Amino acid sequence: MTKNAVAERPAAGLAAVRSRLPGYGVYLAVGLLMLYNIVFTPYFLTLSNLRIQLIQVAPIVIVALGMALVIGTEGIDLSVGSVMALAAALIPLYLGYGVVAAIGVSLAAGVAVGLINGVLVARVGLQPIVATLAVFVGGRGLAVVVSDGQLKDIRNPDVLHLGSGDLLGIPVLVWIAAVLVALVAFVLRRTVFGRRLLAVGGNRRAAELAGLPVGRVLITVYVICAVLASIAGLLSVARIQSSDASAVGLLIELSAITAVVVGGTPLTGGRVRILGTVAGAVLMQLVIATMIKHDLGPSTAEMAQAVIILVAVWVARERKSR
Amino acid sequence: MTLLEVAGVSKSFPGVRALDDVSFTLRPGEVHALVGENGAGKSTLIKVLTGVYRPDSGELRHHGRPVSFAAPMDAQRAGISTIYQEVNLIPLMSVAQNLFLGREPRNRLGLIDRGRMEREARGILADYGVTTDVRRQLGTLPLGAQQMVALARAVMIDAQVVIMDEPTSSLEPREVQTLFGVIRRLHARGIGIVYVSHRMDELYEICDSVTILRDGRLVHTGRLADLERIELVSMMLGREMSQTRRQGFTAFAGDHTTDDAAPPVLRVTGLTSRTRLHDISFDVRPGEVVGLGGLLGAGRSETIKAIGGAYPLDAGTVEVDGTHLERPSTVRAVAAGIAVQPEDRKAEGIVAGLSVRDNIALAVLPRMSRLGIVSDAKIDAVVARYMTRLRIKASGPDQLVGDLSGGNQQKVLLARLLATRPKVLLLDEPTRGIDVGAKAEVQSLIDELAGEGLGVVLVSSDAEELVEGSDRVVVLRDGAVVGHLTGDRVTTEDLMAGIAAAAPSEDHT
Repeated sequence: MTKNAVAERPAAGLAAVRSRLPGYGVYLAVGLLMLYNIVFTPYFLTLSNLRIQLIQVAPIVIVALGMALVIGTEGIDLSVGSVMALAAALIPLYLGYGVVAAIGVSLAAGVAVGLINGVLVARVGLQPIVATLAVFVGGRGLAVVVSDGQLKDIRNPDVLHLGSGDLLGIPVLVWIAAVLVALVAFVLRRTVFGRRLLAVGGNRRAAELAGLPVGRVLITVYVICAVLASIAGLLSVARIQSSDASAVGLLIELSAITAVVVGGTPLTGGRVRILGTVAGAVLMQLVIATMIKHDLGPSTAEMAQAVIILVAVWVARERKSR
Repeated sequence: MTLLEVAGVSKSFPGVRALDDVSFTLRPGEVHALVGENGAGKSTLIKVLTGVYRPDSGELRHHGRPVSFAAPMDAQRAGISTIYQEVNLIPLMSVAQNLFLGREPRNRLGLIDRGRMEREARGILADYGVTTDVRRQLGTLPLGAQQMVALARAVMIDAQVVIMDEPTSSLEPREVQTLFGVIRRLHARGIGIVYVSHRMDELYEICDSVTILRDGRLVHTGRLADLERIELVSMMLGREMSQTRRQGFTAFAGDHTTDDAAPPVLRVTGLTSRTRLHDISFDVRPGEVVGLGGLLGAGRSETIKAIGGAYPLDAGTVEVDGTHLERPSTVRAVAAGIAVQPEDRKAEGIVAGLSVRDNIALAVLPRMSRLGIVSDAKIDAVVARYMTRLRIKASGPDQLVGDLSGGNQQKVLLARLLATRPKVLLLDEPTRGIDVGAKAEVQSLIDELAGEGLGVVLVSSDAEELVEGSDRVVVLRDGAVVGHLTGDRVTTEDLMAGIAAAAPSEDHT
């Protein structure tokens, strides 16, 4: 949309590059890092390594999808990590009733948390950061209580298949993440809800005066985000083959927000980049992987991530002031 | 001897000449009314007086000596204080703390002497009619009392000039009288007061002199008592009375044929909202354009918003086509066939980051979809129709609305409203801030829509536009209906007379 207007101005070559950076810089960065690794990192381009990378990034992508939608409404959801922990804690408790029941219960927990967050934001009028702080703080505590504070091994073969099985040579986990990406992108582009979401994020007051059900849109967004987080919680349990409520999804809200921001979705709402978000999550994963392969510790990786976040924010700021 | 004076001040912003060679003089002990409609330059002049803006040319004199305020602090040090509509003190601190903020009395240890501070605060505030516990949080006081605290604070800092920007807009009548008592005392102490308000009765009750601005220029300055209300209003609205004619200034064609016997498409009864709206009632028949006349702050925008379900009401009902609107909300109003074009296009109208297409289709997505999935073909058809009909100039339906000109943004907004197939169209300043060509187009569109049987409510600060565009005018003042203009009486003269007329019980002229 805007890129057409920019491209028609030949003199502003550098400015044009810069104005595209927030949208496409993340793909460029992923490409460069891939290239670097292919050339310099031994065994990078092996099937097993790529599998590991994808499996590790899948839960972050799933959580980041929901986060991107919430951020698109000018909100934020801090509770995603705790929702993952709740989902993880509930799984072993209900596995006795069957896999479907267990998964159903943990998804229902996600819906419940999403409703709480959404009602606090849309109806009570709390700021999203405050509204979701309650579950962020309390949710993990509840999850630990529910699971008696114990790490529980999961032996159900169906659940384990979700975490380590393959379909057509590609991990089931990655399939699920890919399907969810496609689904969320479809919802955002093609549905009434998706278009309303962008309008609410772009100008909430105008959306209200246009007669849009703003409250319902916001509540739905928080429910979707929490359900995606509980799916991520489920899959994490399936992958690690045990449920540890005190560790699952710890600090994932930060990874998710980072993926969204680095992917070019502005925090001011009204615009959501789904593929950019996926690329943002992949970029962060690649940074960590690269550092590890070159024997640099996780603390170096964290510092590198910090630099990437700052660059992403700086690039976005440049664009805004234009 | 003058207290504060600006001589030949001009100030421009990109694209706008906000002040053009304006002079203004304030004498000690004078209450000076500063009046003008939106965009007249009042706020800019106040900001020049208080050091927020530096004039491009012209001079500012304080006690006859030229001064230049680099920052608002300089103006404050020179004894110029401003009381805004919204109190800008700290709501979570106590009344006494707010009053003494930055100048707290100290005891021998250099700590704040709370006892003395509270004692003194009680004494000072009693003069202002505030008898509350000074240890209470400021935010828990009624707005009127908060304003008194702000005023007391301003006067305490040895203010010589107090600028009051619509100080009574949210006050109860009793609080207004208390404020006037305080103003009279300040007046007696030789303090100069600049009083900005649109309430005629108040101006004539409290002010000695008046300066009228219009479109950034000085229209008139002099003693208020020498000026009749009707003259004041016509100078503000910008038409010499003799010059006013029926027809000819705008693109409106004239009266619409309406069936007087037809049942009203919109019936508004007894709209009441605290200090803003008092028992407002009127009808609109199909094919009729009803104008809401009045000055800024008369309650026109609030009335429009209230009908659209976007303004809280204490009482009153809205009926569309004979159906009563239960529990008003914007969602229900739109569903009932009410379309509101808000005054502030950028803040409340368009979604700047979305395309022309998405903006037009915004309110009708359910109709453009099946099972929640939108049909681009249906949307494109509607969007194409309205882009053609309203002659929206954009590179295409994908262009971002934020990149369009003001006139085209307004057309996109109107297209969104029309797409909902409304029965009643409420337009709040539909031609503000758009170029002449687009203005004429919007005006003839309003005519056309009324001709198709829509009920239209029109608000405009442009007297010609209001009079020529409307079949009837309901005149509002201070949130109440004070007159109806019909037939041959829909003229700017009658409109101004209606606005200027004093309420019978409080006639001070």
